[in-house]
Amino acid sequence: MRRLVWVMCGAASILLLSGCSGWQSALDPKGPAAGELAWLIWFFTALCTVVWLLVMTVLLMTLIRRARPIGDPLVLDATSERHKTRIVFAALGATAVILIGLTLLSFFANRTLAAIGSDAALTIRVTGHQWWWEVRYENSQPNRILTTANEIHIPAGEPVRFILTSTDVIHSFWVPNLAGKLDLIPGHENVLDLKADKPGVYRGQCAEFCGAQHANMSTFVIAEPRPVFEAWLNDQLRPAVPPASPEAKAGHDLFLKRPCVMCHKIGGTIAGGTVAPDLTHVASRQTLAAGTLAMSRGNLAAWIADPQGIKPGAHMPVVDLNGDELNAIVAYLEGLR
Amino acid sequence: MSSADLAHGRDLASEGKLAPERDGPRDTGLDDDSLDRWLARTWQTAPGIIGALSTVDHKIVARRYLITAFVFLCLGGLNAVAMRVQLSGPERGLIGPDLYNQLFTMHGVTMMFLFAVPIVQASGIYLVPLMVGTRNIAFPRLVAFSFWIFLSGGMFAWVSFALNMAPDVGWFAYVPLSGPEFGPGKRADVWAQMITYTEVSALAVAVATIVTVLKQRAPGMSLDKIPLYVWAMLVTSFVVVFAMPAVMIASTFLILDRLVGTHIFNPAEGGDALLFQHLFWFFGHPEVYIIFLPATGMVSSIIAAFARRPVFGYLGLVLSLIAVGFLSFGLWVHHMFTTGLPKLGASFFTASSMLIAIPNGLQIFCWLATLWDGRPIIRTPLLFVFGFFFIFVAGGLTGVMLASVPLDLQVHDTYFVVAHFHYVLIGGSVFPLLGAAYFWFPKITGRMMNERLGRWHFWLAFIGFNAAFFPMHIVGIWGMPRRVYTYPAELGWGDINLFITAGAVVLFVSFALFTINLVHSALRGAPAGNNPWNAGTLDWATSSPPASYNFARIPVVTHVEPLWAERGTLPVATGLRVDARELVISTVAEAHPDVREKSPTPSIWPLFAALAVGGTFLYSIFSPWAVVWGAGPIAITLVGWFWPRGSAEDEE
Amino acid sequence: MNRGLPLLVFAMLAIAGCQREERDTRPLSALGSGEQPTPVTALAPGGERPSPSNNKAAAFEANAFHLSQGKRLFNWFNCSGCHANGGGGMGPALMDEKWIYGGSIESIHATIRDGRPNGMPSFRNRVPNDQIWELAAFVRSLSGKVPSSAAPGRDDDMMVHPSENRLPNAATLGKSP
Repeated sequence: MRRLVWVMCGAASILLLSGCSGWQSALDPKGPAAGELAWLIWFFTALCTVVWLLVMTVLLMTLIRRARPIGDPLVLDATSERHKTRIVFAALGATAVILIGLTLLSFFANRTLAAIGSDAALTIRVTGHQWWWEVRYENSQPNRILTTANEIHIPAGEPVRFILTSTDVIHSFWVPNLAGKLDLIPGHENVLDLKADKPGVYRGQCAEFCGAQHANMSTFVIAEPRPVFEAWLNDQLRPAVPPASPEAKAGHDLFLKRPCVMCHKIGGTIAGGTVAPDLTHVASRQTLAAGTLAMSRGNLAAWIADPQGIKPGAHMPVVDLNGDELNAIVAYLEGLR
Repeated sequence: MSSADLAHGRDLASEGKLAPERDGPRDTGLDDDSLDRWLARTWQTAPGIIGALSTVDHKIVARRYLITAFVFLCLGGLNAVAMRVQLSGPERGLIGPDLYNQLFTMHGVTMMFLFAVPIVQASGIYLVPLMVGTRNIAFPRLVAFSFWIFLSGGMFAWVSFALNMAPDVGWFAYVPLSGPEFGPGKRADVWAQMITYTEVSALAVAVATIVTVLKQRAPGMSLDKIPLYVWAMLVTSFVVVFAMPAVMIASTFLILDRLVGTHIFNPAEGGDALLFQHLFWFFGHPEVYIIFLPATGMVSSIIAAFARRPVFGYLGLVLSLIAVGFLSFGLWVHHMFTTGLPKLGASFFTASSMLIAIPNGLQIFCWLATLWDGRPIIRTPLLFVFGFFFIFVAGGLTGVMLASVPLDLQVHDTYFVVAHFHYVLIGGSVFPLLGAAYFWFPKITGRMMNERLGRWHFWLAFIGFNAAFFPMHIVGIWGMPRRVYTYPAELGWGDINLFITAGAVVLFVSFALFTINLVHSALRGAPAGNNPWNAGTLDWATSSPPASYNFARIPVVTHVEPLWAERGTLPVATGLRVDARELVISTVAEAHPDVREKSPTPSIWPLFAALAVGGTFLYSIFSPWAVVWGAGPIAITLVGWFWPRGSAEDEE
Repeated sequence: MNRGLPLLVFAMLAIAGCQREERDTRPLSALGSGEQPTPVTALAPGGERPSPSNNKAAAFEANAFHLSQGKRLFNWFNCSGCHANGGGGMGPALMDEKWIYGGSIESIHATIRDGRPNGMPSFRNRVPNDQIWELAAFVRSLSGKVPSSAAPGRDDDMMVHPSENRLPNAATLGKSP
C-alpha cells in the first residue's frame, strides 16, 4: 500500500507541474475558446479525481475492514444486504446526477464556443497538403487575396473565421493555445472560429495521422495588433523583391531553370506552381518546411540540399545542385522578404 | 464423483425427458471406473499429428488459441518497446517514419485483432462449456476452423511485416490515407484482409458461444443461475455478431476501392471519406466492450471466489452487462467529434457516451459491495483485480472527459487519448485477464502458479503501467499528438517521454517474468486439486486438467454457485450414451433437459476449409478473381466437412 | 532439405515483396545521377533500342511507391495538358501499344529527359532525374505494362479511365479471340 501512495504522490506532483509548461499546452490558453476549454479540463479533472479518490477509499476500506469470517458463503445477512442495496442505489443516483451535470456543462460550453466567431471580419481558408498548410486570406477584391503557407498572421483581439479543407488526405488543424482542433477533410469544408486575446506566436500541429511526415506538419499562428497585421498583409500582397546582389540574381535564374519552378510560386516571376508552398515572401517567415527548421541561411541550404534526410517521405525532391548553385539559390530565397 | 452421487441423481431417461434408445450402452448403470473408460475412449483426441490437427476438443483448441494470442501479445509488446525507444528523446533517429508507421499500426492491429479479441474468446471457448456443465462447445468443428483462420490471419499480418509490406495507416486505416491514391502497394490491402480473417474467426466463435450458452446448459441452470462470466460471454458474443459486419463492410469497401476501382470513398465521384469512419467506429466502439465485458465476468468470478460469497447484485450486474451491450452501439460518434459534425448531433452522442458510465458504475459498486463483506486473502488473482479497480476507474473517468464534445476538441488524437484507452484496455481487460490466468491456470494445467513470482509480476506490471501511461495524460494536454515518430526538443516533452519509456520497459520486464512463471509453473508448479480456490462454479467440479469429456455425469444445477450449494456432492443427470458423443440439449430459459444431441466427431476438414478460405483471402489482395477461383476449393472442403456419416442425428 | 524449403520460399517472397514495397525516398542518390547518353542515331526511332541494363530501371519499374509518386507528378506537372490522362491529344496517346521511341522504361526516361521532335520538351533540368524515372515507370503502367500488384489504383478524382491496376495490357488487347 505504501507503494500505491508513492505512485499517487508522484502523479499528483506531475499534475501540479503541468500548469507551468507551455508552448503548445492546452492548459495555457491565449484566447477565449481555449480559455473555456482549459477551464472545462480543470473542472472535469478535479471532479473525476474526487470520484476516483472516493472509489479508491471504499476499496481500501474493504481491505482494511476486518469483516466477520464467513462460514457458509450462501448464508447472507438480510439486513446488511438491504443496507448495501440502498447504498449502491444512492451511489448510482449520484453518478447519474454528476453525469447529467457534466453533459449540460459541455453542452453550454459548446454554445459558448459557437458564439465566438459570429462577427468575424476576416476569413482565412486553410487547405491541408501532405505535409504543409496552404493559407489563403479571402477577400472580395481578387487582387487582395493572399496565398501563403504554414504561418498564419491574424489580428489580435478579433475573431477570425477559418475555413478548413484538404486536397489529399485528412489532416486536423490544432493550435492548442487558441482553440480545439477541427479536421480538414477532402470534400468537406469545416468552419473554425478563434480569437487570440494578445499578440504572440502560437504553435499548432496536425493532429490527424496523415502519412509519413505527420510529425513534422506544424503551423504558427502569429497574432499582431491590427496595424501591424495590416502592414504585414499589404507587404505580402506585393510581388517578390527582385534579387539585389549578382549572386542572388544568379540564384533567381537558377530557380527558374531548375526543378524548383515546377512546383513553387514566386509572385512577379514566371514561377507559378501551386502544388508546393508559395515562396514569394519565404524569408519573411520564421520557419521552413512546415515548422521543421528555423529560418536561416544554413537551414535553407540544408533543406534544399537534403530534404529527404530532414523530412523523409516529403514531396520535396533531392535536386542535383553543385555548391555554387546551391549558394546562389539560397542567396536569392534569403532575399525574398 | 462418488457413486453416492447417484442417490441424488435424476435418470433423465426414466423421467421420460430423454427417450430411451435401443442401441448403445448408457451411463445409467455403469460404475465410475467403467464409465470413465467408456467416455475416455469416446471423447479422446486421436494420437498422432492427424489426430492433433483434427481435434474438436474445446479445451485443446482453446489452449492453442490462448498460446497463439499470447505470442501475438509478446510481438505487439515488442513493437511498443521499439516505438518507446524511438520516442525516448526528441528528434531521435533510430527509427524512420516509414518503419515507425508500420510499427504503431502493427501494434494496434496485433493488440486489438490478434491478441485482445482472440484471447477473450479463447477463454470463453475453454471456460464456457465447463461453467455451463456440458461436454463440448457447440459447433466444435467451426471453432477448430476459426482457430486455423485466426492463425493464418495473424501469420499473414506478421509475414507482411517481415516483408516490409505491413500496413502503415494506423489501426483504423482512415481513407483517403489508406485509399488507392495515397496508399501505394499492398500495405493497406494487408490491413483490410487481415480484418477479414480475424472477423470471420471471431464471428464463428461468437456463434458457437451463443448456442452453447443458450442450448447446452446443464439441467436446472435457468437464466438466473448462469454464472456472471457466462453472461458476459453471451452478451459479448451478441455484440460481436452485430458489430463485426460493419467493419467487414468497411474493409471490403476499402479493398474494392483499391483493387476494383470503385468510388465508394471518393468525394469527387459522390463518395465520402467520412462514411468509412462511421462504418469503422460503428464496429470500433463496441469492439472495446467486446474486450472489456468478458473481463468483467472474470472479475466477478475472482471476486466471488475470494470474498467467499456470491457476487452482490446478480440481477443488477446481468442487466448492466446487457445495457452496456446495447448502449455500446449508440456512441461511435464520440470518436469523430473533430470531424465537424453538426453540434446538436454531437451533443446527443455526449449524452449517450455519458450514459454508458451508469451501468459500468453499477458494476463497480456491486463488486465493492461484494468485497465489503468478504475477508479476502490477498493472492495474485485478487491483486490483479485490485489493480483493475485502480486503473480502470481512472480510465473510465477520463472516458467521461472524452465524452464531452468541447473537451474532446482539445485532447482528441493526443497522447491523452493514448493514455485513456490504455487505462481502460490494459486496466479494464489485461489486468483481469492476468488475474484470470493466475486463477484458472491450475484448472488448465493441474498446477498452481508460483505466488512469489506472481506478486513480483503484479507490482512490476502495476508500477510500470502507471509510470508508462499516467504521464501520457499530461504530455497529451501539453499538446503532443498521437502517431508522431519524433518531436522537436523545444516543446519540452523530452524528459517526460524518457520517463514513459522507462515505465514501458518495466512493464515489459513484468511480462517477461510472467512468461517465466508460466513455463516454470507448467513444468514444476505445486499440484493443484480440483478446486484450489474453493470457488463455487461448475468449472471447479471437474478434475484439473479436465478430462476430455469434462463431466463423467452431467451435473444438475440448483444454485448460481452450485459447488457451494451442494456440499461435496452434486446431483447428476444420467441417461446419456457412453459409446457416442452425446450432449444434453436444454431449453433456453429454464434449462429443462430437452433432447440428446450428437456432438460432432473430430475431422481434418475444418483445417482444409481454413486453408482454402485463407488462400482465397490471401489471393484477394492481388485480384478480385480470388472470390471466383477460391469458391471451388472452399466448396470442396465444405462438402467434406458436412459429408453425412450415416449416423442418426437427433433422437427425440 | 525439409527445413530449407520453407526458408527458400520465404526468402523468395521477401525479395519479391521488397522490390514492390520498398519506399526509398532518396533512391540511389548516393550513387550519382545515373546518367546515360541518349543514342543519337536516326535508325529505327520506333524500335526497341538495346539498352545497358540499369539498376535504376530495376528499382523503379515495378515499385509501387515510385509508381504512385510518378502518378502524382504526372498530375502535378500537367502532363495531361498534352497527353490527356494518357488518352492523347496534342501529344500521342500513352495507353496504346504504339511507342514511337520505344516502350522500355529507359526509352521513356530518355524521352522525358531529353525531349523529342514535334513538341515533347526536354525536362532535363526541370525535373530531378529520380522523378523522371518515377514518371517513366508510371507512363508504362498506363498501357498495362506493369504488374497489377504494383500499379497505382484509382485517384480520388473524377474518373477518366479505369485505374492503372485494372488497365489491360495494351500489347495484348484485341489479339486474343
